[in-house]
Amino acid sequence: MCGIAGVIHTGSTGAIGEEMTSMLRSMKHRGPDSTGFALYGKPQNGELLLRFKVAEQEDMSKGFDIRHQVKQRRAEVDRRLAELGATIVAAEEATDYAFRYRIRYDGDRRRFADYIEDVEGAEILSLGLGLELIKDLGDATRVSGQYNLAGFVGTHAIGHTRMATESDVDIRSAHPYWAYPFADVSVVHNGQLTNYWKGRRALEHRGHRFVSDCDSELIAVYLADKMQQGAKLEDAMKDSIEELDGVFTYLVATADSLGMAKDTMAAKPMVLYESDEFIALASEEVAIRSVFPHEIDTFDPYEGEVRVWKS
Amino acid sequence: MAIRPKAFDLGMHTEQLSGRSQQRFFSPEESERFVYPDAFTVDFAKRAEFDAENMSPQEINLRLRELMSQGVGSIVIRNPGAKHSVAVGILNRLNLEIDGSLGYFGCGLIDGPNIRIKGRVGWSCAENMMAGTVVIEKNAGSTFGAALRGGDLVCKGDVGARVGIDMKGGTILIGGRAGAFCGFMMQRGRMVILGDAGKNLGDSMYDGTIYVGGKIDDLGVDAVEGEMTERDVQWLERKLKLYGLAAPRGVANMTKIVAGKQLWNYDNLEPAEKKLVL
Repeated sequence: MCGIAGVIHTGSTGAIGEEMTSMLRSMKHRGPDSTGFALYGKPQNGELLLRFKVAEQEDMSKGFDIRHQVKQRRAEVDRRLAELGATIVAAEEATDYAFRYRIRYDGDRRRFADYIEDVEGAEILSLGLGLELIKDLGDATRVSGQYNLAGFVGTHAIGHTRMATESDVDIRSAHPYWAYPFADVSVVHNGQLTNYWKGRRALEHRGHRFVSDCDSELIAVYLADKMQQGAKLEDAMKDSIEELDGVFTYLVATADSLGMAKDTMAAKPMVLYESDEFIALASEEVAIRSVFPHEIDTFDPYEGEVRVWKS
Repeated sequence: MAIRPKAFDLGMHTEQLSGRSQQRFFSPEESERFVYPDAFTVDFAKRAEFDAENMSPQEINLRLRELMSQGVGSIVIRNPGAKHSVAVGILNRLNLEIDGSLGYFGCGLIDGPNIRIKGRVGWSCAENMMAGTVVIEKNAGSTFGAALRGGDLVCKGDVGARVGIDMKGGTILIGGRAGAFCGFMMQRGRMVILGDAGKNLGDSMYDGTIYVGGKIDDLGVDAVEGEMTERDVQWLERKLKLYGLAAPRGVANMTKIVAGKQLWNYDNLEPAEKKLVL
């Protein structure tokens, strides 16, 4: 089933960590397997924010040597960062196996991502000026607490609570997906894509990489490919309505925008609240009401609809 | 949109507007009427209200049952908070006011109550409703009134996709716009959309009637335009007046959609004939 949510503060910042935690918590019944957040803060001094993991959560309870391996893998990532010419400004351990780095790097991002992910167990969750992508196993309360997200202030965010149906219960298959190699682009999705393998093969032939077997990743890579060819976000999303097959509603966020798209069958839900200062979207109104306790006017976007808002 | 006169020549579109369609099969006045073991006898003069802010959907529904078992016939629920599956399975007369919005599956499987919702409703409101009235003041989500069997289901705002799919009776009134696939496999009853209707309207409908006040994106398979009669106009005027609604371009200018009935006995057609029908 899965639940997706998004918020954007137009012209200001807000407590998006707390808002997204509350919205995803209220949709726990749509899927408690994993929870993910893509939070957008203000860019700082041109530094890139790098979120990556070097193991799955379940790996940490397997074998006697895993902690040593994690240490070795992280050291190898650090070595490769130096080799690529990246400077680590600050490094934090989000968990035993996931890390948050602030780095300075001006080189090719695709080469950067490919080289870092070549380290065993390493996966870049996000790379961007404002994007912080966090995802892990468990419900919103657990993941938000684990990564200390409640105090996060920013302009916009998307999130996902997952019920695994067609791929594994692991971080690799959790949403959101970073639209590799584009900085600051992330996607969450509710639905099923029926031309996943066809689309994936075509994009792999064009040089894109997939880290999971989850159909939702196709949307992120598809949009990245379109933008790489020069398409604007909204145009890429409109193309996706025609070219992606299946039933889906998805949200995409960039450094300064939040967008939503709904397939032509309108088979997956989305409720929208829109005011001059704040826009909230979710699979269920109960999620929006968790940040708006008073009565508000909401509505369902229609079939084939694409909308984009700026922060 | 072209009228298909062949359907008229075949004697179709002659359904009589004789009131709520379930009355053909079920009359509450008849002695053999079905009596629900869980129905309550209530007094509309006995009133109660409660705040649902900190209650689960199950607690809200149990509280409703408790009040009805005490004979309370007029109930107000405050702060429903868009919770799911609220006010379901009410099988007796009741005046219920919901002071806010409901989530998914609100007012499903009801038979008899009059419910007014001041806010919005999510997907599948009043699914399988059998009798009574449900009036929503704002918007509604998709699959509104799916498999409706009787009663009046009214949304004064816009509604999502697949309104009244598989409906078997009753009336759905929509004050604004409706999405795609409305009336899919409709079997009986009436649907009134005062605004625009999305694509595939009335796809594979067996029977029943859809009236549209705005423009129609396109008609589904075997849905055809019917002839608006004086009976239609009178019924629409009466029904809309009941709920304070009005057709933007006048009732007489609404479009009537009915089943072409070319798909009846579909399985008896040869492949070449099917292609001609579709």
